[in-house]
Amino acid sequence: MKFSGFKVVKEALTGHRGWGPLWRDPEPQAAYDIIVVGGGGHGLATAFYLAKEFGQARVAVLEKGWLGSGNIGRNTTIIRSNYLLPGNEPFYEFSMKLWENLEQETNFNSMVSQRGIINLIHTDAQRDAYRRRGNAMRLAGADAELLDREGVRARLPYLNFDNARFPIKGGLMQARAGTARHDGVAWGYARGADQRGVDLIQNCEVTGLRIENGAVQGVETTRGFIGAKKVGVAVAGSSSRVMSMAGMRLPIESHVLQAFVSEGLKPLIDTVITFGAGHFYISQSDKGGLVFGGDIDGYNSYAQRGNLPVIEDVAEGGMALMPMIGRARLLRAWGGVMDMSMDGSPIIDRTPVEGLYLNAGWCYGGFKATPASGYAFAHLLATDRPHETAAAYRLDRFARGHLIDEKGAGAQPNLH
Amino acid sequence: MLIPHPLLGLRDAQEFTYLGDAALIGRPAPEAGEAAFCDYVFLRDNPAGIHRELWFHEQGDRSWLVVTRNTLTHEILGAELATDVARRSA
Ligand SMILES: Cc1cc2nc3c(=O)[nH]c(=O)nc-3n(C[C@H](O)[C@H](O)[C@H](O)COP(=O)(O)OP(=O)(O)OC[C@H]3O[C@@H](n4cnc5c(N)ncnc54)[C@H](O)[C@@H]3O)c2cc1C
Repeated sequence: MKFSGFKVVKEALTGHRGWGPLWRDPEPQAAYDIIVVGGGGHGLATAFYLAKEFGQARVAVLEKGWLGSGNIGRNTTIIRSNYLLPGNEPFYEFSMKLWENLEQETNFNSMVSQRGIINLIHTDAQRDAYRRRGNAMRLAGADAELLDREGVRARLPYLNFDNARFPIKGGLMQARAGTARHDGVAWGYARGADQRGVDLIQNCEVTGLRIENGAVQGVETTRGFIGAKKVGVAVAGSSSRVMSMAGMRLPIESHVLQAFVSEGLKPLIDTVITFGAGHFYISQSDKGGLVFGGDIDGYNSYAQRGNLPVIEDVAEGGMALMPMIGRARLLRAWGGVMDMSMDGSPIIDRTPVEGLYLNAGWCYGGFKATPASGYAFAHLLATDRPHETAAAYRLDRFARGHLIDEKGAGAQPNLH
Repeated sequence: MLIPHPLLGLRDAQEFTYLGDAALIGRPAPEAGEAAFCDYVFLRDNPAGIHRELWFHEQGDRSWLVVTRNTLTHEILGAELATDVARRSA
């Protein structure tokens, strides 16, 4: 089934009876060339690019729940490439370019919307830091623009510019940044992978990794043993749990991040606003809900829900920035489990076990990375060489001292 | 979350800052070598379930506690002074 304007009109006229399931529901085969563990955004994108770009057909994605039940369906959908460090920025800009062509590539409406992002500036020091960041972005081929106070005011007149503690002095804008429909991204990749022969196997939890003589043989699952020449693990917040099945300890702690959505309102915010100093960021969904969040709760958690102090902190940040949102009612709050790494940057690498590969450490920023992470992980799985934009995401960088620490916070995951 | 402080009774977790796994008390000896320090600084067990962890009572009596907590449910099972734990394992 191919989506097109013609198909939409035809179905509208014939009672919508011609829409079929978007992917098959196959039984697991005895063995595959490559198994991807985790049917979140990264796992599905990996399978898609393995099939599309690297000619791999005997591929399966194993998902313990249903496709998209993890963070890919829980995030606040912001996509951007506004990083500073050379190990990061080219990778995220590669991802941005893949976003820009995603819907054509997958023939699926993922609602990629380049509505821009503005990071607010409150001090001279912060302006210097953002100017440096903007220059780093432009050096890597991304777009960045420094706004002064009036430039921000022209775009966002409803903000409180004269907050006593954090008056708004300007902003760093990336016009090509924006949002996408998070589960639409998962579905688009899932459908594209399935069409190219990848088996998407749901309700299939990996419970063990079979390793003999230092090489992976396959995975034990709730649906039996499945053999594989290569196993790529992309399970985000569950990375430590799955890799412990191979006896590995990771430079990762799992933390909970919460997010919130208000009742639907008329169009109000036509971009993404981040108020880092106040631990608050916000955008508006196409349905009208204000989508916002703040910091992680800050303690190890696998609970997929957080506590009230952070809700209060986020609400305070929102009220400081945009007092008018105090009138909106909160519709929902939820949480997801983040794979917080020790330097705040991800890992896409081989492991000491032959044939076992790891994609992890995405912290609270892995949604924007979904296309590039899938592409780079597929590249690594298929060719055994890192993709050029992901070459710094090595597992041994901690031992070598080559950390990629955007915040300079050190090995303290709840500060990244 | 309420933390049962051994001296002060039930205290709101908001009064505390969080450091991480209580294994951090066991800093390697200075001559233990780079690999041991790398493991100590960067690697974590990160279990789903019972976790012993260091909380600092920053807005209270400024003591360090070892809190035992279930990371799947956030249930707090106990707390003791980190100095007591450190002394026991020394
Ligand atoms: C509240 C919130 C807001 C966020 N906001 C943003 C944002 O605005 N921008 C941004 O870039 N990022 C954001 N993120 C981060 C982003 O969502 C994640 O980094 C990213 O989704 C992680 O990759 P994934 O999609 O593959 O993860 P997931 O969707 O979590 O996929 C992992 C999958 O692995 C499965 N799994 C786990 N264990 C096993 C097993 N043993 N066997 C089989 N399957 C298993 C899980 O069920 C899950 O489906 C946010 C996250 C949260 C929680």
